[in-house]
Amino acid sequence: MKKAGKTEEKIFKVLMIVSTYFIFAVLALIIYSIFEKGIRAMSWEMITQPPSGGYYYGKGGGILNAILGSLTLAIGSTVLAFLLGLPVALFINVFLIRWKKLVSFIRFLLDLIWGIPSIVYGAFGFTVMVFLGIQTSLLAGIITVTLFILPIMIRSMDEILRTVPIGLMEASYSLGSNKSETAFRIFTRQTVSGIVTALLLSFGRAIGDAASVLFTAGYTDNLPNSLMEPVATLPLSIFFQLSSPVPAVQDRAYASALVLTLIILVVSIFSRGVGRRYHKTKINF
Amino acid sequence: MDIDTKIQIQNLNVFAKDQQILKNINISIPKNKITVILGPSGCGKTTLLKCMNRLTDLYPELKVTGNIFINNQDILQAGEDINNLRQKMGLLSQRPYPLPMNIYNNIAYGLKLTGIHKRRELNRKVVSYLQLAALWDEVKGRLREPASRLSIGQQQRLCLARGLAVNPEIILADEPTSALDPISSKSIEEQFIKLKQDYSIVLVTHIIRQARRIADHVIFMYLGEVIEEGPVSEIFDHPKMEKTKQYMSGAFN
Repeated sequence: MKKAGKTEEKIFKVLMIVSTYFIFAVLALIIYSIFEKGIRAMSWEMITQPPSGGYYYGKGGGILNAILGSLTLAIGSTVLAFLLGLPVALFINVFLIRWKKLVSFIRFLLDLIWGIPSIVYGAFGFTVMVFLGIQTSLLAGIITVTLFILPIMIRSMDEILRTVPIGLMEASYSLGSNKSETAFRIFTRQTVSGIVTALLLSFGRAIGDAASVLFTAGYTDNLPNSLMEPVATLPLSIFFQLSSPVPAVQDRAYASALVLTLIILVVSIFSRGVGRRYHKTKINF
Repeated sequence: MDIDTKIQIQNLNVFAKDQQILKNINISIPKNKITVILGPSGCGKTTLLKCMNRLTDLYPELKVTGNIFINNQDILQAGEDINNLRQKMGLLSQRPYPLPMNIYNNIAYGLKLTGIHKRRELNRKVVSYLQLAALWDEVKGRLREPASRLSIGQQQRLCLARGLAVNPEIILADEPTSALDPISSKSIEEQFIKLKQDYSIVLVTHIIRQARRIADHVIFMYLGEVIEEGPVSEIFDHPKMEKTKQYMSGAFN
């Protein structure tokens, strides 16, 4: 019996090590190929210029339109989703504490919506736009992407808010705070690092998604200049460059992917710093 | 209601799904005394305490019936007034839960809720409540540090100071020394003895010796029922009920 247990432990240990290495190897390979191909096409011009006339045939210009477009779109929708999502997550965890069945039903619904592919959001956004007679624009993109990342935003904030001990809630109420004060002044402070993680997760989804912006934000070689104008995004820019028959332009797609990866990296590092700064105020036992 | 009675509990019953946690509780908590609710684990002491400031609201599985009068107001009937009512009762729980902010703001948070916003007055009161909880000397140089950096004994005294800052009339303490070392426990007990001049204190404990050290009035509970209540000398030296005698002699441990 004891021997069987030992063999089992060995098998699982090997399994864990192998799969860990395997996943890291795959990740490393992806990052390597982006760097390897991307760095060749990377240039100052690439990140400081919008595309010129013959850009997609290999002539001059860059992807500044897509960089700025993606940033505005992702930041706009992350902020909007945060403003809409935080009250929902707090409502579930503070106000609905007596309605456990309703809360688990809401969580189930959000998890379902989380699973809907982004192209469906794109199609939905497009249908609404047609109905209202609105053209592809930054605003339409922001609204569609906000809808798309809302379930992620709410559920990840919800998961961190669930970890607030009931004793802290009791402490807050016994000082005479009402429910909103408990929610916005105690719960949010207690979970700042987790909320930052939720923002980051949502931002990552927002900036990396191509399908939801395809019909809604459109694409343009111009820099973003108005909420009502179409806007370029990095994933679509990568897609268009990769579909080009010119090898030099295909390399530029990898350079664009590199830019996208670096943006996400910088945002991660930055938000970790913020999270750690506030982490100190958490209760630790 | 008797003039020396602070809290009057009548026919209190608490049900959870299929069992009854508190059975027909009728007790009165005297003013400016330390009342100890004593009994073995799981006898309903904590639930009784949580009924008094209606934290039972947070537990949907609990159904509470009966009356609890504080200053002639039935708190079980109070609607939205409950936030103000809770301010009349400071709470100390088994483990300290400092608010996620610095030491200064842990006290100032409650002060602001009571309508004090002037910086100078806040400063003065924060200092005085930290002194009242015997914590000032240890934290005076580090008020801007997060409260979580304090030791657990200091955190518990911070929670006491925070509770006192909203100007309560009653202190509800739920085994407040159970997570603390002997020295911190002693400090809390000493504070209670000093504080009873101005506050009515209800302390839940299962430690017989602690009850004997600081209680004026003892309520002995067993399996959701009040077996016996009376002044400390009576309960400890001349218990009437067999169950009380057994518990005092350590039969339940």
